[in-house]
Amino acid sequence: MTDFSSVTCLTIVAESIVQERLVRALAASGAHGWTLSMAQGQGPSAHGDVSDIEGGNVRIETLVSPEVAVRIWAALERDFFPHYAVSAWQYDVKVARLARYSDEG
Amino acid sequence: MDLQESLSLALTNLTSPPVLAFVLGLVAVAVKTDLRLPDAVYQATSIYLLLAIGIKGGVALRESSASDVAWPILAAIVLGIAIPVAAFFLLRVMTPLGRIDRGALAAHYGSTSLVTFTAALVFLQASLISYEGYVVTLLTILEIPGIIVGLLLAQGVRGDRFGETLREVVLGRSVLLLVGGLVIGFLTGPVGYARVEPFFGGLFIGVLTLFLLELGMLTGRQLSAVRQAGPGLIAFAILFPLLAGTAGVVGGTLAGMSIGGAMVLGVLCASASYIAAPAAVRLALPEAKPSITLVSSLGITFPFNLVIGIPVYLLLAEAIGGWLG
Repeated sequence: MTDFSSVTCLTIVAESIVQERLVRALAASGAHGWTLSMAQGQGPSAHGDVSDIEGGNVRIETLVSPEVAVRIWAALERDFFPHYAVSAWQYDVKVARLARYSDEG
Repeated sequence: MDLQESLSLALTNLTSPPVLAFVLGLVAVAVKTDLRLPDAVYQATSIYLLLAIGIKGGVALRESSASDVAWPILAAIVLGIAIPVAAFFLLRVMTPLGRIDRGALAAHYGSTSLVTFTAALVFLQASLISYEGYVVTLLTILEIPGIIVGLLLAQGVRGDRFGETLREVVLGRSVLLLVGGLVIGFLTGPVGYARVEPFFGGLFIGVLTLFLLELGMLTGRQLSAVRQAGPGLIAFAILFPLLAGTAGVVGGTLAGMSIGGAMVLGVLCASASYIAAPAAVRLALPEAKPSITLVSSLGITFPFNLVIGIPVYLLLAEAIGGWLG
């Protein structure tokens, strides 16, 4: 029987210009890894077609412990939400092999 | 050059495949087609263009002497600092824009447009007018100072964030590929270049044509916003390239460059960036409105330079070369 544990799945969709800064913020907050893909769509703070020139939008997903998720949210609220086109949401998910995603595993 | 020759040059420019592809991109947006270059293709073509230009420039730089290059480099550095300062203060006179937006625009106009530069080289080659191969070095030199001066004018040095942005600009892909290409070209020389020439030389104008199709579509999407830009910004986006282009031609001529070379320095000074500068400005000045800078640099100045400016700067180079040369 597989042993499942709860972690937080945090999804961030942002203009790609801040991709490197977001990835650095995830690493600094304690995320073990993330999945990054290109994304298309329309958001409330779209800046004309500027994202076309700068490489579109990115979608970053990470599975982290609730404590790390709190630190990532703090970084988002401090450094990203006020300045850039960023959407983010989180939900609880079940994973096997907790150690891949959390220091507690 | 008489009127007939000037018209013939203008026609050569207007009927070149890259310029026509740009117009096709405008048409595609006007008739609302679903045409769109995939992001990955756009990124790949811009990498190709930057690297190809860098390598060709490096091969040419190897064949230039230090004394040939020194004065043009000095002229490029002086112009790279003076142009954004002039843009910043002229915008204060011509537009109601605030300091942040004026600094953002100064960064765009202080930096250069790779595609306008490339179109100018294609135009000179089609017109059988020679130019110094080291002009790519000048492109690389002019890429960065204008951005830094523009950001400083907008906000001053703001601690860590400014340093972080500076690092991201200097180590950004445009500079890395241009400088890296220059080094590769310089080290490999004409013999090494001959082995990659079918890819980086033979296909060059074709790839540029594809890139300009996408830029035409990007520009087309900005055109609806031009009317909202206000008469001051529209006038600036046309007059400033002419002023900066003239300064570049004078600088190139005084630095001892040929007519073709002085014209290219004029084009570099007249053009506004829409690759390196938008990224740097977005990171460092998130409160600046990208719609203003893009309408001005991509919606007005870029097509103006591509269609009208390039032959005009050549005429200026011939006239100024006649007076000062």
